[in-house]
Amino acid sequence: MNLLLNEEETILKRGAHEFFGTRLPVKALRALRDSRSADGFDRAAWHEMAELGWAGVLLPETYGGSAMGYKGLGQILEESGRTLAASPLFATVLLGTPLVLAGANEAVKSTVLPAVAAGQCLLALALDERGRHAPTHIATRATSAPGGYRLNGSKDFVLDGHVADRVVVVARTTGGDDDPHGLTLFLIDGDARGLRRTRTPMVDTRNAARLELTDVEVSADAVLGTVNDGYALLEPVLDGARAGLAAEMLGNGLEAFERTLAYLKLREQFDQKIGAFQVLKHRAALMFCELELTRSAVVAALTAIDEGRADIPALASLAKAKACDSLELVSNEAVQMHGGIGMTDAEEIGFFLKRARVAQQIFGDASFHRDRYATLMGF
Amino acid sequence: MHALEEFRAETRAWLEANCPPSMRTPMPEDERVWGGRNATYKNPDSKVWLDRMAARGFTVPTWPREYGGAGLSSEQAQVLREELGRLGCRQPLASFGIWMLAPVLLKYGNDAQKAEHLPKIARGEIRWCQGYSEPGAGSDLAALKTRCEDQGDHYLVNGQKVWTSYANYADWIFCLVRTDTTVKHGGISFILFDMTSPGVETRPITLISGASVFCETFFTDVRVPKENLVGQLNAGWTIAKELLQHERGMIAEIGRTIGGTVPPVDVVARHYLGDAQGRITDPVLRDAVARQVMNDRAFALTIRRAEQESETGAGTGGASSMFKYYGTEQNKARFELILKCAGSAALGWEGGGFSAQELDICRTWLRSKGNSIEGGTSEVQLNVIAKRVLGLPD
Repeated sequence: MNLLLNEEETILKRGAHEFFGTRLPVKALRALRDSRSADGFDRAAWHEMAELGWAGVLLPETYGGSAMGYKGLGQILEESGRTLAASPLFATVLLGTPLVLAGANEAVKSTVLPAVAAGQCLLALALDERGRHAPTHIATRATSAPGGYRLNGSKDFVLDGHVADRVVVVARTTGGDDDPHGLTLFLIDGDARGLRRTRTPMVDTRNAARLELTDVEVSADAVLGTVNDGYALLEPVLDGARAGLAAEMLGNGLEAFERTLAYLKLREQFDQKIGAFQVLKHRAALMFCELELTRSAVVAALTAIDEGRADIPALASLAKAKACDSLELVSNEAVQMHGGIGMTDAEEIGFFLKRARVAQQIFGDASFHRDRYATLMGF
Repeated sequence: MHALEEFRAETRAWLEANCPPSMRTPMPEDERVWGGRNATYKNPDSKVWLDRMAARGFTVPTWPREYGGAGLSSEQAQVLREELGRLGCRQPLASFGIWMLAPVLLKYGNDAQKAEHLPKIARGEIRWCQGYSEPGAGSDLAALKTRCEDQGDHYLVNGQKVWTSYANYADWIFCLVRTDTTVKHGGISFILFDMTSPGVETRPITLISGASVFCETFFTDVRVPKENLVGQLNAGWTIAKELLQHERGMIAEIGRTIGGTVPPVDVVARHYLGDAQGRITDPVLRDAVARQVMNDRAFALTIRRAEQESETGAGTGGASSMFKYYGTEQNKARFELILKCAGSAALGWEGGGFSAQELDICRTWLRSKGNSIEGGTSEVQLNVIAKRVLGLPD
């Protein structure tokens, strides 16, 4: 497995670094927060990203996509993590496009996907129903109705849920509470009758919403994939999202670490740079090691997905678990090593800590993925 | 690509034909072959295997043929490793000469030194030891005091080394000596000499594991020919540091493979704590085992990535310190976790109340403690990373 970037991916990464650094730096996130932006992201910037081909990274050219693959998308996400850029990259591109591409009929695909690639349609996935990620614990019900289904239930922590034009809802068509069998995916309109969307402002200033579904009527062709077998469609997409999110988290960790290193080389106490103290040096070196391991796990997972390898689930869990653990370490150390200034809202390092904790919870924290990895390995 | 696959087929056929069946089984530590004038072969097949591999240049596959190598490219060497791994072949030769001395001799040695020493290293004829640490020079290695005085037509060496691995079995030593007492780093030279020279004495040190792999080594008026100086006089520190990088890589590697007969931690955990389906019943230990094997995997991927980076010349400096630090700490953690899973069964010292494997776990656990001390402590590795990679101030 080639763990290095090819020339195309290197150029993409460099371009993304430039774009996020100038167009969506951390102060752009601060501005969204302070202006209480209703969208929670910059629509003009998103259109520019779509023009760069980033909205259609995972789509073939037939749907207006740029087909750069997960390793390519991972480079964009890593750079977006460095500036904590709020954008529909995660919900629309990483979650929405592969679900529609793999699960929708041709008529839906040819309508929805080119609009997504052009930056004119936003998607979201309504999955979790409790605080901690539990993708098979689904109580939202889909019952038969004339011409289709009727959905009832509620969803939490739906990323971009309040701005999405189309929402993929995971509902139970049969089976018990924790049964992976019996789940069905539905693509519904964001303004469907009976769908109530409430934005839930999060500590990281990024978009999430609670969705309540009361007798939402959908037609039979709203089903993505096959009835009762939705988890088979969902799980690979979740693994792709976990690997992609781990790439974003790597960018967050690298940036927070580099800013902290710069501070250690700048700040003086006891008539010397604090970076000369061995206790801080060793903690910095430990962070470096953890980030290097995380980088390897992330690139391995992204590469495995593009190559269609058999061990994608294990590598996705490895990447997410390592990203969670190393980011928890780095974000805490970053604030601590910045001292009092790190506790202020004026200093940006706190934004990295806030995003870190939310990202850790999205689609499984380190404990979730260690448990999953152990099960995959048979112990 | 085609040529590489041809090489793979040819190598696979040769290994199938030439690797004795007993050399395709896991190697007990006491069958490891170190070569040398007084080499012993507990399993006679080991000698056959070594000689065949050496004749083909496969003990040092990437060295030039003139020095006993096979002149392989790094891609071919990777293919050879894969094919050796596929058959489960044992390493034919363990050698400080190959792992530590040869890389710096190839770079800093003169033609006569290379022609004299490298082929004997490749064939396992001469066993080397490393004269680095002294009683007063451990982590602060450059504080070494062993004197080397110019006597006109030869050098005279006086002093003491310690932690000299297998000095009591070694034929030759590569040794750091002080040739100028007025400066610290700039007064060190790198010399080679025969351990049978008059005035050399070795005393084995018994370790907490009960084994004696290290020695105290004493030099009293040892005469060393002047042509045995490698590089320039007083310029030995550069060579010494470079050799340490190779040593760190070697120890990180040994750290991963030490205790070849001790199974992976998840296998041990299932044996002692698994239910009928093999699921580890203790949820806390199950989480710890998962963390351990996941870090192992991420570490293995990092080594692979570093190899690929170095092949394209994009490698980052300081990598050897990271691998030495992480590999040895990870290995220590692995044995601690194995002890927790096996409980008192892994704490036996001797006798029939324990399986051979359980006794081996206990001794190897104790041995693993040395991994993060020898070859530069974990604390020194973190210092190196902080300085060389992160650029933190002194």
